[in-house]
Amino acid sequence: MTATETTPAPDAAAGPENAVQVEHLDVSYRVRGRDRLALRNVSFQIARNESYGLVGESGSGKSTVALALTRYLPRNGRVSAGSIRIAGRDPLALNPEKLRQLRAHSVSMVYQEPGKALNPAIRVGRQIAEVYEVAGLGRADALERSEEMLRRVQISDPGRVMERYPHELSGGMAQRAVIAMALASEPELLILDEPTTALDATVEAEVLDLVAGLRNQFDTSLLFISHNLAVIAKMCDRVGVLYAGELIEEGPAQQLFDQPRHPYTMGLLRCIPRQGQRKDHGRLDSIPGFLPAPGQALAGCIFAPRCSIAEDRCRETAPPAFDVGPDRSSRCFLHEATPDLPRSTPVNVELSAPAESAQPVVTIRNLSKTFTSRGQAVHALAGVNLDIERGETLGLVGESGSGKTTLARLLLGLTPPDAGSAIEMDGEPLGGDLRKRGRTQLKALQIVFQNPDSALNRRHTVRQLISRPLVKLAGLSGPALQERLADLVRSVRMEARHLPLRPRQLSGGLKQRVAIARAFGGGPRIVVCDEPTSALDVSVQAAILNLLADLQAKEQVTYLFISHDLQLVRYLSDRIAVLYLGRLMELGPAERVFSGPHHPYTEALLSAVPSLDGQRPQRIRLTGEIPSAASPPSGCVFHTRCPRRLASGICESTEPPLAEVEPGHLMSCHIPIDQLTTLQSYEPMP
Amino acid sequence: MAIYLLRRLGLAVITLFLLSLIIFFAGQVLPGDPARSILGPLSAESAVRALDHQLGVDRPLVTQYWSWISGMLRGNMGESYQYQSPVEPLLVTALVNSAKLAALALIVIIPLGILGGVVAALYAGRPIDRIITLSGSSAAALPEFATGIVVIVIFSVELKLLPSSAQAQPGASFATQLQSLILPAIPLVLVLFGYIARMARAGTVEALESDYVRTATLKGLKRTVVIYRHVLRNSLLPTITVIATQTGYLFGGLIVVETLFNYKGIGDLIFHAATAKDFPMLEASVLTVGVVYMVATLIADVLTTTLDPRQRTAAFR
Amino acid sequence: MATPPGTPGIVASDTQRRELPVWRLLLRRPTFVTGALILLFWVVCAIFGTSIAPHSPLAQQLLATNQAPSAAHWFGTDQLGRDMLSRVIVGARTMLIIAPLATVVGTVLGTALGLALGYLGGVVDLLASRVIEAVLALPALLVIFLFMVPLGVTTLSQVLVIGFIFTPLIARTVRSAVQVERQLDYVPAARLLGERSGWMMFVEILPNVVPTILVEFTVRLGYAVFAVASLAFLGFGVQLSTPNWGTDINANYAVLGAGYWWGSLFPALAIASLIIGINLVADSVEQVVVG
Repeated sequence: MTATETTPAPDAAAGPENAVQVEHLDVSYRVRGRDRLALRNVSFQIARNESYGLVGESGSGKSTVALALTRYLPRNGRVSAGSIRIAGRDPLALNPEKLRQLRAHSVSMVYQEPGKALNPAIRVGRQIAEVYEVAGLGRADALERSEEMLRRVQISDPGRVMERYPHELSGGMAQRAVIAMALASEPELLILDEPTTALDATVEAEVLDLVAGLRNQFDTSLLFISHNLAVIAKMCDRVGVLYAGELIEEGPAQQLFDQPRHPYTMGLLRCIPRQGQRKDHGRLDSIPGFLPAPGQALAGCIFAPRCSIAEDRCRETAPPAFDVGPDRSSRCFLHEATPDLPRSTPVNVELSAPAESAQPVVTIRNLSKTFTSRGQAVHALAGVNLDIERGETLGLVGESGSGKTTLARLLLGLTPPDAGSAIEMDGEPLGGDLRKRGRTQLKALQIVFQNPDSALNRRHTVRQLISRPLVKLAGLSGPALQERLADLVRSVRMEARHLPLRPRQLSGGLKQRVAIARAFGGGPRIVVCDEPTSALDVSVQAAILNLLADLQAKEQVTYLFISHDLQLVRYLSDRIAVLYLGRLMELGPAERVFSGPHHPYTEALLSAVPSLDGQRPQRIRLTGEIPSAASPPSGCVFHTRCPRRLASGICESTEPPLAEVEPGHLMSCHIPIDQLTTLQSYEPMP
Repeated sequence: MAIYLLRRLGLAVITLFLLSLIIFFAGQVLPGDPARSILGPLSAESAVRALDHQLGVDRPLVTQYWSWISGMLRGNMGESYQYQSPVEPLLVTALVNSAKLAALALIVIIPLGILGGVVAALYAGRPIDRIITLSGSSAAALPEFATGIVVIVIFSVELKLLPSSAQAQPGASFATQLQSLILPAIPLVLVLFGYIARMARAGTVEALESDYVRTATLKGLKRTVVIYRHVLRNSLLPTITVIATQTGYLFGGLIVVETLFNYKGIGDLIFHAATAKDFPMLEASVLTVGVVYMVATLIADVLTTTLDPRQRTAAFR
Repeated sequence: MATPPGTPGIVASDTQRRELPVWRLLLRRPTFVTGALILLFWVVCAIFGTSIAPHSPLAQQLLATNQAPSAAHWFGTDQLGRDMLSRVIVGARTMLIIAPLATVVGTVLGTALGLALGYLGGVVDLLASRVIEAVLALPALLVIFLFMVPLGVTTLSQVLVIGFIFTPLIARTVRSAVQVERQLDYVPAARLLGERSGWMMFVEILPNVVPTILVEFTVRLGYAVFAVASLAFLGFGVQLSTPNWGTDINANYAVLGAGYWWGSLFPALAIASLIIGINLVADSVEQVVVG
């Protein structure tokens, strides 16, 4: 390993040294003339070859840890106490040249958006080669080594990728290139900060597998930072849970997730639907309250205000880290009571049963949408047929570019469909353009967008935002308006004091509640929920999902629930539709779609999702890129990535029809259902 | 590539056509009778009519526009009312004079502006940044004649170092010409510094905060390499466009500077043509200013598109 | 972190405290305060100029022409023996009438045009944008000058011409700000409530582009002063009985060579200081409302 020859060997006398040793670290940011603590008293170590996970919600300070370790804090940030050692050296004490050496040889970092991590003006090969040049190689050798490195991150045509500019690579490909660059210096520590959050599920699975494999080859310690508990569980040996800048619990991954010993960890885990949990099995629990504002002075435990078992001492004295088992610690006085943490939300649920056998509310026939992009026709949606039943929740699943959002926009009338498409509501045709729809039709269809910051007019107050549909769609005014407003505010669990505030003064969860209230104001019959919780933290997500379930029971609405998160869709949906490249691949009752037999694409999506409940027995991996909707593959659009493609060649030549394989379960696949059942029941992992 | 160039050129031609329409019809619609202004207010109505006919200004507007624009395209710019001679040689001489002044200003300002902006960005938030940014934006907003008078008072009246008139004697040596252009170039330089430095600073700050610069730094590259290879390459692209736009606007500033420093350039030409209602001269020289601007922005567009891989793929596909 | 016992722990809150109003944030910035003070000084001169000025700005003293600055005449006297200090003080009025009015005209028209083009889009937008591009191919000062020549110089003509020339400039800025807003989800959300175009433009989008308009206004105000002064310098100053900075420079710069610099320099410095004042304010406004 010539590249690391220049690395000074760690002091041998110190014995087996940890790759990372962080002690009592405080980091503060100076905001408007005041120091705000972003990390307090954080201590952890990562042994050589260990994979350590840091998990936390937004504002927990997990990225600050990464910045402090690489000494790349923004100008207003500084380490105000504590110490850091990486490979035996303290990055905070090094002079610029020594710091550069440390970065060059001992630490590397990969972050969330691979597209932004690469310089847009320099070819990918050159950027990787720079790492070797820093280590002292000549340019030709460096390029050769770079190509080799790209091959090791399983890029099949490294020569071509070397010549590309970053914008010419897909997200997954770019992240591989970034990982190649990070590992090129064979660092002692590789920091991964949300490395797969911006990627699609199937691509994420590939990248995670890749990182797990490379870690062993490269003899590198990992610091894996993520908000996603399941990803951390899959990737890490040990885990630390960060809350509001404090490391509140630490331990071996599986143990910690199976038997959490801090009420926050416990609460977090209860917020996530697990093991096929569905809304009719009982509701998700939620964590009441909100994250403390950054830098807020506090006495006692930081989690006490949100903790259902907090006692007086919790509010008065900060708990030390208790030893709660081999290699485990918890900053909670009541760590022994944690397993019996009472629920914050009652389990029982009122559910609206979808009306049986009634006529569907919406029938969609041959729905297509073609966009023109740079002279090319892009088929965002191609000939979709779908019925939406009264009172049901129809889950819409698919990766980016699958057409799920387009479908929603066409249904809502925000974008007109191609000629020949037909959408009917209660037998009445729905105009392609919003302006052609009458008030009844306008009232009937509403949406909750993914990002409330974008969906709420930031110059309007909560009162204005929520009253508007009451005025425009429900036609209310005067006392009736005020009464309905108060009612609506209560039903989304908000208070009158929120009414004069503007969106930026509200937390993310509250903002989404305002958006939900607006959608329900006009008394809609169908509400499209377009990834309504993906911009929210896990602890808030559960409360929003519960709210949606409550409202559905109360108002008898139908949901079209769009999400990339399969567990969420499974939890909430009665039926599920799976889209790929604008085509409907599978449609059926939620349980049937999940339990199988399923379409090979659905199968791949399911195997891609990391789970907190241990690995699934069968896993199929998709390879290759999602094809462009501008030039979809011939035959079955999925054949280019399908691991179960038939040898007969029919998949390449003929597009399979959407056929009913069992009552209410439709699939678009050439493989006979019996054969799929066999294939998917006991297939060993390839 | 060829298709992109053609499309970009086509766009420029359309804009130029619109501009020529605006200039021509504005010249026609505005009050003021050319013959009347040539002959003076006391001349006989019949004489005015006769001259109007001779000048062709009594023909339908469309015909007039057509003969004007087709003449322009053939390089025939018509005859100046004021000087009773072809517009072209006068315009060319003035344009060359202005180009000398503009070139001097640009040669000084481009490196200076970029350097100022980059330095400000590297020390963003520190005093040196505030000084460069604020003095730059203030200088950019000052009228050229105000700064011009200050420099004349200091360097010409008090110190007697440089001439206050920019017009060197015919046949003067290069050094003398250059010397007389120094003072008038200063107000132009001051105006341009602010714009260019501001853009260079913004681009550099953005690049410095980017993830790819973090990647480069964490690779262990030297700070100078990071700045030279990773920062500047991305941050100076938008600056090219600003320089081009400002080159065009420079000619707006020339009208004042050339008047103040008594310099026979295109600004001076436009000023006198306008006050004398010399429409052929005025329209031709204003259109020339528009063409200079269009050419400058065209070059900048092609340059940035070629230098930026992202735009290149989009444009040359 | 050691809080005395008895104080309540943190109260986790779902709302944030109200942010400081814009004017409070502005007052915290030294650049803003400096700029505002300069502006205030000239506003006072514009309103009370005649009472502040030590002499009548119009009184000619033919025996005391071209006097250098002295205790009696701090800024000297001009070719007609008029007191330059008084002329500079009173001259603020002309400027502070024309420049703000012209900027208001341009901002109102430009905002309306930019909103319509940005929100409605389509063919009209495409055409109008090309025309705007064509107009912008000429330096604004040149166009203003070309219009002033035939129209003749009056307060009204200056306000209208400068305002009209600002319109496409401001429209272009507003248009691109509106296009950014249109990408946000609150626009389709409002359309789903059946809102009409007028409501969409003025109630939904306009409040969100106000910061952009505010910055544009302050920047343009500086440029309006620049334009009015430059026109006056070129000999197109409003011929009122009140003095005018640019006109004074125009009248006096010819005698610079003779060493009589004060007649030009002090009005030039007055213009410069006013523009710098506006610029300091504009810079702070931009930092506060946008940055």
